[in-house]
Amino acid sequence: MGAESSPKIAIVDESPIRAAILEEGLREAGYTDVVRIDEMQSLLSRIYALDPDVIVIDLENPSRDILEQMFQVSRAVRRPIAMFVDQSDAASIQASVDAGVSAYIVDGLKKERLKSILDLCISRFNAFAKLQDELDRTKSALEDRKVIERAKGILMRLKGLTEDEAYVLLRSTAMREKKKIGEIAQSILTASELLK
Amino acid sequence: MTTPLQIGFIPLIDAAGLIVAVEKGFTEAEGLDVTLVREVSWSNVRDKLNIGLFDAAHLLAPVPIASSLGLGHIKVPIVAPLNLSLNGNAITVSPALHAAIRTEIDDDRPDPMATAQALSRVVATRRRNGGEPLTFGMTFPFSTHNYQLRFWMAAGGIDPDEDVRLVVLPPPFMVDSIASGQIDGFCVGAPWNSIGVDRGVGQILHFGSDIMQRAAEKVLATRQLWAEKNPQTLAALVRAVFRAAEFVEAAENRDEVARMLSRNEYIGVDAAVVMRTLEGRLKIAPDGAIRESGRYMLLAKEDASTPDPVQAAWLYAQMVRWRQTPVSAEGLKTAQGVFRSDLYRAALGRDGGPSQAISTFAGPAFDPGNIEAYLAGLRLGPGKPEIPLTTK
Repeated sequence: MGAESSPKIAIVDESPIRAAILEEGLREAGYTDVVRIDEMQSLLSRIYALDPDVIVIDLENPSRDILEQMFQVSRAVRRPIAMFVDQSDAASIQASVDAGVSAYIVDGLKKERLKSILDLCISRFNAFAKLQDELDRTKSALEDRKVIERAKGILMRLKGLTEDEAYVLLRSTAMREKKKIGEIAQSILTASELLK
Repeated sequence: MTTPLQIGFIPLIDAAGLIVAVEKGFTEAEGLDVTLVREVSWSNVRDKLNIGLFDAAHLLAPVPIASSLGLGHIKVPIVAPLNLSLNGNAITVSPALHAAIRTEIDDDRPDPMATAQALSRVVATRRRNGGEPLTFGMTFPFSTHNYQLRFWMAAGGIDPDEDVRLVVLPPPFMVDSIASGQIDGFCVGAPWNSIGVDRGVGQILHFGSDIMQRAAEKVLATRQLWAEKNPQTLAALVRAVFRAAEFVEAAENRDEVARMLSRNEYIGVDAAVVMRTLEGRLKIAPDGAIRESGRYMLLAKEDASTPDPVQAAWLYAQMVRWRQTPVSAEGLKTAQGVFRSDLYRAALGRDGGPSQAISTFAGPAFDPGNIEAYLAGLRLGPGKPEIPLTTK
C-alpha cells in the first residue's frame, strides 16, 4: 500500500443496512477502497483473497473468532494485528466496544490512519444503533396502540363503557399497578382469550 | 449490601456452574448480584474481561494463559481461581470419514492411536489420489479443542499444519459446516457433538477424555488486578460457583438443571440433549449407539474444580509445540501462575487435592519442570522430522 493511496477496508457485517451505512461513511471520508463481506461461510479465504489493510467487524458476529486464526503463524504473506493490541488508547477501545465494532489492522498501516477509520466506524455504528432503537420504539408504540384499541373494545362490550371510560379505566389500572398501559391492555386480551 | 458483578459466558454446558449459581441463588446467598451476559465469541469474552466490562468470565482454559503472556493481543494478567470444568469435548467426524477410518481398522472400539494411524492412512490415500486435504473445525487457536485434535493427529503421524486443514469455527456453526461438507470433522464441547449426531451428519469418534484423562477445559477467570483488589468478592464468587457445580452433579438435580440450561437465554437446545452430557451417556452414532463415561465432563467431583499449575504447564507446552510462543522459563512461570490453587483454597477452605500427573494416550511422560525434553520426546510421526522448536 502506498502512503498516499486509500487503504483497502473490508467490512464484515451480517447486517446489510449497517454495512451500507458504514461503507457510505467511509467513502464520504475519502476511503474509496471498501469491500463488504456478508457471507461467513468462506470468510477467511475471502479475506486472504482481498488482502485488506483494515478489517472492520461487528462484535455481535460470532465469526470474530474465525479472524483470530489470522494471528497464528500462517502462510499468508501479511499478518494482521488486533486493534486491542495497542494499550495506549483505552478510551478508543472502550468506545468501540460500546458501539459494538472492532477493527484489525494488517501490517504497516499508520496508527493515525486507523484511528480516523475507527472513529468513523464508531460514530456510524452508534448512529445505526440509534436508528434501530427509534424504529423498535415506533414499532412497539404501534403494537401498543393496536392492543389498547382491542382492549378498549372488550371493556366497552363487557362493561358497557364508553370509549373514553374504557381508556380511563385502563390508564388508572396501569397507574395503580405501576405498569404500562400496553401491558394492562395485553393482559385483558390474554384473559379474554382464556375465558372464551 | 450486595455487590453487582457482570460475568460473560458462551452458551455451552460447561457454563452450568455459573448459570446454576445465579438461578439457584448461590450467588445471592454470598451477597453477589450477578448479571450473566451471553456472548457470541471467545474474542468478545476475552476483550470485555480484559478492558473491565466484565468482572469475571467463563473462558477456555488456555485463553487466560495466552492473555497473561500477551500472545497476539493486549497483555493483561488474568487469573483462574476455579476450574468450571474438566473434559467435555469430543471429536466428531462425518459419516464418510468415519467409514473411511473404519475400513482401516477392525477393532469395534478403536483406541485413539489406532484411529490416528488410520486417519494418517486416509490422509495419505487422499493425497495420492489428488484429493483436497481433510478439513477439521475447532473453536479457537488457544483452545483445548485445537490442542487435543493436534495431539491426536500428530500421534498418528499427521502434521496438522501440513497434511490437513484446521479451521476456527464458532461452536454453533460446526454442525452446519459438517452437514454442508465444508469440514470433515470437528472437536467441540457439549452439546454440539450430540447435535451433530442427532442430525445424522456426524459420529463421535472419541471423547476428549480418551485423548487426555483429565484436561482443564473452562475456567472462571478474572483480571489479576481485580482479584487483588476484591479478594472477598472473588472468594464469595468461587464459593457460589463451586456449590453450584456440586448441585449440578447431584443426580437428583439433573432434570431441573437440564431444563434450566436448555432455556433460550442460556443454551437454547433441547433439555434431553443437555441431559446426555450431565449423565455422561451420549448417543455417539446416528444409528443410536450409546457410550457411557463417568469422566465425559467433570465439574466438581474428583477435585475437578481445583486449578492445577501442572495443567497450565501442559497447555503452555502445547502453545510452544505448535509455535504460538517461543519457550522460556519465564513464560512457563507466568503460565503456571495463572491457575491459582491458593485463591481456590482461600475461598473454599479446602485443599482441593494434590496435583495430578498428565495422562495422555501417547507420548512421553509430561514433566512440567522440563518442557523442552518433553517436546523433544514427541515425534511428529514415523519418518517425519521432529518439530522445529522456536527458542529464544
